[in-house]
Amino acid sequence: MSAVATLKIRRGGHGEPARWQTFEVPFEPGQSVLDGLRWLRINKDPTLAMRFSCINANACKECMIQLDGETVYACTARLEPREMTLTPLPNKTLIRDLVTEIAPPSERFK
Amino acid sequence: MTQEPLAIETDVLVIGSGAAGMYAAIEASRGGARVFLADRSLIGRGGATVMAQMTVAAALGEEVPDAPRHHYDDTIAAGRGLCDEGLAQLLCEEAPACIRELDAWGVGWARKDNHITATTAPGHDRARCVYVDFINTGPAVSKTLRTVMARNKDIRKAGDICIIDLVAGSGGEIAGAVGWHVGSGAPVTIAAKATVLATGGLTRLYRRNSASLNMGGDGYALALRAGASLIDMEFVQFFPIGHLAPRLVGMDPIMWDPFRYKLGGRLLNGRMEEFTSRYGSDEDGKYVLPRDLATYAIFKEVEAGRGSPHGGAYLSFEHCSAASLRAAFGPVIDRLAANAIDLTRMPVEVAPIAHYHMGGVIADPQMQTELPGLFAAGEVVGGANGANRLSGNAITEALVFGRRAGRSAAAHAKTIARKELRAANASAALALVGDGGDAGRDLNTASMIARLQAIMADEVGPFRTAAKLNRALAGIAALADELSDRPPRFAGALDAGFDLQRLEWFDLRNMLIVARAVTQSALARTESRGAHQREDFSQMLPAWRRHQRVRLAGGALQLSGAPAEALVS
Repeated sequence: MSAVATLKIRRGGHGEPARWQTFEVPFEPGQSVLDGLRWLRINKDPTLAMRFSCINANACKECMIQLDGETVYACTARLEPREMTLTPLPNKTLIRDLVTEIAPPSERFK
Repeated sequence: MTQEPLAIETDVLVIGSGAAGMYAAIEASRGGARVFLADRSLIGRGGATVMAQMTVAAALGEEVPDAPRHHYDDTIAAGRGLCDEGLAQLLCEEAPACIRELDAWGVGWARKDNHITATTAPGHDRARCVYVDFINTGPAVSKTLRTVMARNKDIRKAGDICIIDLVAGSGGEIAGAVGWHVGSGAPVTIAAKATVLATGGLTRLYRRNSASLNMGGDGYALALRAGASLIDMEFVQFFPIGHLAPRLVGMDPIMWDPFRYKLGGRLLNGRMEEFTSRYGSDEDGKYVLPRDLATYAIFKEVEAGRGSPHGGAYLSFEHCSAASLRAAFGPVIDRLAANAIDLTRMPVEVAPIAHYHMGGVIADPQMQTELPGLFAAGEVVGGANGANRLSGNAITEALVFGRRAGRSAAAHAKTIARKELRAANASAALALVGDGGDAGRDLNTASMIARLQAIMADEVGPFRTAAKLNRALAGIAALADELSDRPPRFAGALDAGFDLQRLEWFDLRNMLIVARAVTQSALARTESRGAHQREDFSQMLPAWRRHQRVRLAGGALQLSGAPAEALVS
């Protein structure tokens, strides 16, 4: 049996009650959490909202989320063959699912 | 259930916030314009600039004597006879001024003995390529321009704005754009006296690529639908030594280029043999191999069964000492160690990866496109780099063309009293952004993008045949049928924030038309030149020393420019 990572994700939009969803994604050593999330969107649930741009270069800083309560970049945090809890940043305004308002105020549309 | 659009009015609209867009915004503001800078992602974070870890070419002449005409000669030679000479000349002549302005703004170009130091990238006749240590060029350029913009109250910045179409004014000129705010789902109209396209290239069309995932050719699609022509769309540059294996997290896949500038490195096949000399270039431990030749050599070795385990080539720095690696790349060595890579003991695997697009929107040296009121800057512009871009010219063109486009746009805006979006000309786009969609449709946009990327990588890569290209056109058409002409709305309510699938629907609308433009142009070019290699037409033909143009007419892409004798085939 091939290894899997279990991603427990907090879903829901701004002002909506949180719902938790758990997905199993294939695990290969060396992969990032973002690899797992991208696999999940392509193969299981494309409605999952997340920010990502540079994929694995640690350059755009867009994929900031919390992994087991710690703030990480999904592109540099390693996927592991265990249950991993993914939540949006707690100190930023929630937009939807794993997406929060992370732009500085002067760079937002208003 | 249509939301009232949020209406913006500005002198200059800049679409895209890489180096070209940010420099355009700064320069337009210096020209007296109020600027609205919109990006589909966060400001200064997406696109290609922030990913550019390499070098910027400019004939500064500080270390060795140099002049723009030498840079120009190298640019023209790399372009295989297809460079637009006016654009190439502008690029080379204004590069030093832009580099020095960024220096004054504190970008931190690497220095030696009190002057900016430069390295010799492949294809340059002397040391001409400046950089920021350690492999931090793009992020430093991005951050510097963002900081300069932050001090400027005349530049209004807005991330998470997806522009879906340009809008024509009463006389056919471009009068602004329609889009939506991804953060809130709200439709947005922007009336502008001048608009600058700075949306970058199209590398997202390919499975393995070296730029950000939000660069899917938006500007090409916007220009086509607005009635402008594109040129040279068949010329997609593949970067030969993109990282392939082992899995490397936290690093740009094109990171091995700066390693080769500084340390040489040996390119080896799966049998650990040097092989580039078989393809007409003997490296002799130095890094001189042009990109198109290196891509060709690696593909041919893999095809002959001599590839590395993951289907590429080995790149080895095992001859370098730990001390020399540390001296050249400092903290990067630690990041490699975190990925269990020790270059003194093991080679890595590399393979060609989609990197840059030579083709694009037609613009003159004032960055004026064919449409009045519409300017273009950076990678979205076609022609400056011909059939093959010289190393180091990408950030240079972003800076030079961005500055020029901003200046031209501000000057154009001054000639216009007021610009309003005509309701009749904006209605189709507004209907699309306000479309509530078909709730019953089950469309996996993420999977569709992955399928398109597979088609482009497998059938429209660096080595092409009519059979492959025709298969690609069929696959692209099937995806277009699946997409249909109405955007679904997945996240429920119309005002749902960050409906990523809806964003991907608009992305696919652009990506599919751009994929068609690349593939049809590649099919029509019945020769091999630079980045476009046809296995069924392997010669470079003098009759083909010309640009192909693509425009949209009645939903179909029309090509022109092929030599008369090629049309017979």
